[in-house]
Amino acid sequence: MAQQTLQEPPAATTGRRRLRWRPRSTFGRHALTVVVAMVAVMLVLEFTSPFRNSQLATMSYYAIAAAGLTVLTGVNGQISLGHGALMAVGAYTTGLLLGPDGDGALPLPLIMLVAATVTALVGTVVGAAAARLHGPYLAGATLALAVAVPGLAIYFDHTLGGEQGLRIASPEVPGWFDATIYFLFAHETPSAKYLAYLGWGTLLLVLLLLANLMAGRVGRVWRAVRDDEVAAELAGIRLGRVRVLAFVVSAACAGLAGAVLGVVVRLAAPSGFTIVLSLGLLTAVVVGGLGSLVGALLGSALLVFLPPAVTNLGTAAGLDGTQAAQLAPFVYGVVLVLVMLLAPTGAVGVFTKVWRKR
Amino acid sequence: MSTGMLEMRGLTSAYGAVVAVDEVDLVAAPGRITAVLGANGAGKTTLLRTISGLVRPRAGQVLLDGADLTRARAEEIARAGIAHVPEGRGVITELTVEENLRLGAMLGATRRSTRRGLDQVYEMFPPLAERRRRDAHVLSGGERQMLVIGRALLGGPSVLLLDEPSLGLAPRIVAQIFELLRGLVDEDGMTVLLVEQNARSALSIADVGIVLNLGRVVAREDAATLAADAALRHAYLGF
Repeated sequence: MAQQTLQEPPAATTGRRRLRWRPRSTFGRHALTVVVAMVAVMLVLEFTSPFRNSQLATMSYYAIAAAGLTVLTGVNGQISLGHGALMAVGAYTTGLLLGPDGDGALPLPLIMLVAATVTALVGTVVGAAAARLHGPYLAGATLALAVAVPGLAIYFDHTLGGEQGLRIASPEVPGWFDATIYFLFAHETPSAKYLAYLGWGTLLLVLLLLANLMAGRVGRVWRAVRDDEVAAELAGIRLGRVRVLAFVVSAACAGLAGAVLGVVVRLAAPSGFTIVLSLGLLTAVVVGGLGSLVGALLGSALLVFLPPAVTNLGTAAGLDGTQAAQLAPFVYGVVLVLVMLLAPTGAVGVFTKVWRKR
Repeated sequence: MSTGMLEMRGLTSAYGAVVAVDEVDLVAAPGRITAVLGANGAGKTTLLRTISGLVRPRAGQVLLDGADLTRARAEEIARAGIAHVPEGRGVITELTVEENLRLGAMLGATRRSTRRGLDQVYEMFPPLAERRRRDAHVLSGGERQMLVIGRALLGGPSVLLLDEPSLGLAPRIVAQIFELLRGLVDEDGMTVLLVEQNARSALSIADVGIVLNLGRVVAREDAATLAADAALRHAYLGF
């Protein structure tokens, strides 16, 4: 112990010298990270194939939802098996507002904002009910949401399109965006690439907002409620209100993710929002590292990139197409079990441990 | 006029058929330390939990400066100025020391008043200042006790409820904490309700002593008188 305290000061001073240019405020630091990330995203999107672009677009909406789920499950300790359903709310809202051909619709950012707001409202209702529930009961209640919402789409098939779902117009690439990319990289922007930009821009914005929320008073209170309800209550924290707020923030993210999904997939259909989606998000959050936004990112990357990689390996090893495709969920399950057994803190936990040991 | 007059009238709490606190009438006055003593299962902890709203009373009232808090929720009671430091410390181990303290400072505090409060707590408990950025799980038992007391104080309470602050601590640390309590009461006129098994040291700093047995008040004396009453000591306090 004493030895540790003796060693700390020099480490701190070298750290400070090396990073002298680092912004002082937490917000400044987060904003800088996001700007750097945005540049990295641009380079990646411009120099990878259209197929990778579309995979990255897929990853972006998973990651937005997973980041929201991180707030709820990782930071506030409430489990949700219903985030897929909340994404459906966002996607259907987007579908209804954008329409099948996009004529005369509101501007896309506004539609996405509406989708987030509508989903946040649904989240308020669910959160208010969830605030009184714990553990398996909460899982059960949110599971009901995951089962019921796709059913609603089928019941109101006149407006919501039934099993076929709603076709969603692909937004046009705005002129200024096309011009900027042309200026920087001297080529046109196909629609798929624009959608990847849209998804990642939204994702980085969401991460910036959530990181700030988590670093401040709100995050502290969320974690306190997760770790020790009684102590939090005795410190004057309104448990119910804090839990509902976490649910609302998380639902807004899910709604936004749903909106991005809608325009990327160009469809909002019940089959896209089954319990599998909700469970996928939950496993992504856990495998990546519960409670960490970076973990949410890593988990969603795994969710998107692992299955095709495994399928390719399978084909290369001489399996036929069907067998190779069946290999992916198996490997994903094995990875999940291994992570739980060997690294219950997820990928981020492992990295932190290795980093500290250096 | 100083505030923090805590009054219980016929307070009764029960867990199912077991009555843990039985018609307790008690006044804890500002500027005094009231020690609540008694054996295991006498109802001391339940009494505190009832006051702070963690247990719903079956009958009776809890009043703070005449205002009825009997049916209020725990967080409202905390906001009304009653700080409860629970037994077993209630440290949130996954937050840092400073984050734990800041939780206590949320009740309508400004950035500056929180900073001032934090500085005061760090001055009061230097070991906390050294570890302010560390996770609270690295703290020793005594430091955890300091942390929860510090957190309670940051809310600027008029009443402090302490449940077994000496539990598992070295006598020297207990003496330090008790000395600090005495200072808070004498200088700031705080009301302290101190639940203790360690009757001897509790009575050494208390003004008034209450003895509970099976949920009932069986003795109510000046601390000095109580400490001198050999028969009572043998019967209920074990020293």
